[in-house]
Amino acid sequence: MISYLEFEKPVAALESRIAELRAAAEGDDVDISNELERLEEKSADLLASIYGSLTPWQKTQVARHPMRPHFRDFVAYIFDDFMPLGGDRYYAEDEAIVGGLARLGDRRVMLIGHEKGHDTESRLRHNFGMGKPEGYRKAIRLMEMAGRFGLPVVTLVDTSGAFPGVEAEERGQAEAIARSTEACLALPVPMVATIVGEGGSGGAVALASAERVLMLEHAVYSVISPEGCASILWRTAEKAPEAAEAMKVTARDLLKLGVIDRIVNEPVGGAHRDPRAAAGALRDAIGEELDKLLRMSPESLLRLREDRFLGIGDNTKARRRAR
Amino acid sequence: MSWLTQIRKSIPFGRKRESADNLWVKCPNCSEMLFARDYEENLFVCPRCDHHGRVGADTRLAQILDPGYELLPEPSVAEDPLKFRDSKKYADRIKAARAKSPHQDAFQVALGAIEGHKAIVGVQDFTFMGGSMGMAVGQAFVNGAKRALEEECAYIVFTAAGGARMQEGILSLMQMPKATVMTRRLKEAGLPYIVVLTDPTTGGVTASYAMLGDIHIAEPGALIGFAGQRVIQDTIRESLPEGFQRAEYLHKHGMVDMVVERKSLRATLARLLDYLHPAQAA
Ligand SMILES: [Zn+2]
Repeated sequence: MISYLEFEKPVAALESRIAELRAAAEGDDVDISNELERLEEKSADLLASIYGSLTPWQKTQVARHPMRPHFRDFVAYIFDDFMPLGGDRYYAEDEAIVGGLARLGDRRVMLIGHEKGHDTESRLRHNFGMGKPEGYRKAIRLMEMAGRFGLPVVTLVDTSGAFPGVEAEERGQAEAIARSTEACLALPVPMVATIVGEGGSGGAVALASAERVLMLEHAVYSVISPEGCASILWRTAEKAPEAAEAMKVTARDLLKLGVIDRIVNEPVGGAHRDPRAAAGALRDAIGEELDKLLRMSPESLLRLREDRFLGIGDNTKARRRAR
Repeated sequence: MSWLTQIRKSIPFGRKRESADNLWVKCPNCSEMLFARDYEENLFVCPRCDHHGRVGADTRLAQILDPGYELLPEPSVAEDPLKFRDSKKYADRIKAARAKSPHQDAFQVALGAIEGHKAIVGVQDFTFMGGSMGMAVGQAFVNGAKRALEEECAYIVFTAAGGARMQEGILSLMQMPKATVMTRRLKEAGLPYIVVLTDPTTGGVTASYAMLGDIHIAEPGALIGFAGQRVIQDTIRESLPEGFQRAEYLHKHGMVDMVVERKSLRATLARLLDYLHPAQAA
């Protein structure tokens, strides 16, 4: 059973009308197949048109949709094998960040990502995908291991942000994030990061400082949540839609800004309407990117990654053109 | 600019008394009225309660470096890349900040020496839009690191920021990995990278270059953390522990090497540079 977002209400109305008609037609002789077909077509068109022009704030809703595929779904649909590895060796196992050895076709990789959970029990266990220092330190451990064993690193980023809590601060949340970013930048192996849902601030960057950054079509990536930005700059969280618009959080905007390298299209109506298809497209994209990078030497990979971040927002080219 | 104007500019938070000459400032902590000249001579530390007041970039550089240091030019970066607008245009906010500052943005870099030890010193200036990290700050940090690599000397960075500059959106976030590229290069070149955390250092600045130093020094009482206190309170719904996210608290939890009074800062840095000599590395 799909749960509808506010802006999907017209589609919901049509779909419930279709369901009613179907139920009424059960055992009835009246042929309504034409009417059903017409309504279904109308509903599909409506969905396509709504999703073809989502506002940044609507995309934020889609990216946070409770039914959106999360880490475990992508593992199931993309990877042929996955051996989770646990613990940071200092303090604890943090299930907000999952990682381990995985196979993508015939490629062996180190897979790391945020897991938000899918029901109350698992959401609590995974802390809604909000990593703590031990989660980022586990990611560092796994990235360093990947570097030693020549395993490319694939990350799936999906977090509203790193966990804001007293203990997380005490154990060095900032230090853990900084070191995790540093570990990405130090990898002598290919790294492909994908923002699959929410790319929330430092907690996302720590797993996304890769030479190739992909983004699902309706994912969002930002320095602060639209609500957070709105409550600071507009002094009310109600201005979140305006903040989402102003901050440029969508895949299309970020591609233009050179912050991401590739958009992976989602099925019509968003990844949650067909997780398998969404994962299939992502599988192909990650595979293609990895194959290109696997031909490069460790030195060129490091240089590519460094230049990518040193050059983001670089004005020299623009200024040269202007002259 | 007269010496008095300079002092006024560097005391953004000490509220001035409504007198004709504005010679008095009020300690933001204990409200003691201080004679501006005494306050300055005491390095903007309250003689009564030891509160370490916030200081601007020029004041800081003058306090730390031997006379005759060279202020490096500020980087040129894309201005207002998102054409951001909230209740005001970002372009106007930046214009207003520049009108109140001798600088173009919130991070200044100087080449100089500390008791004879050559160093590049970067200072993040809270008085300029809360020290927030945008492209200009990130690029200035990078340029400072590049110069340290050229000069083969230490890089010392004073951090101060409410966090990322939201008006530059994701591009401000991208300054985290960008700065980290350079801290890695300093490490590889065997050059000391020393961070002095000043009040306040929070958000993406803390979660990148502020926490990647060989040495972390914090000024007494400085607020240092990743998440904002209100955000944490909203999440855990209980009151925060005493001294939470203050310099002494971070020292206790192993995140900084030492908490150093401002009056001992210059000598401490010089002593460190005497130990961490670049030539001995690699
Ligand atoms: Zn005082």
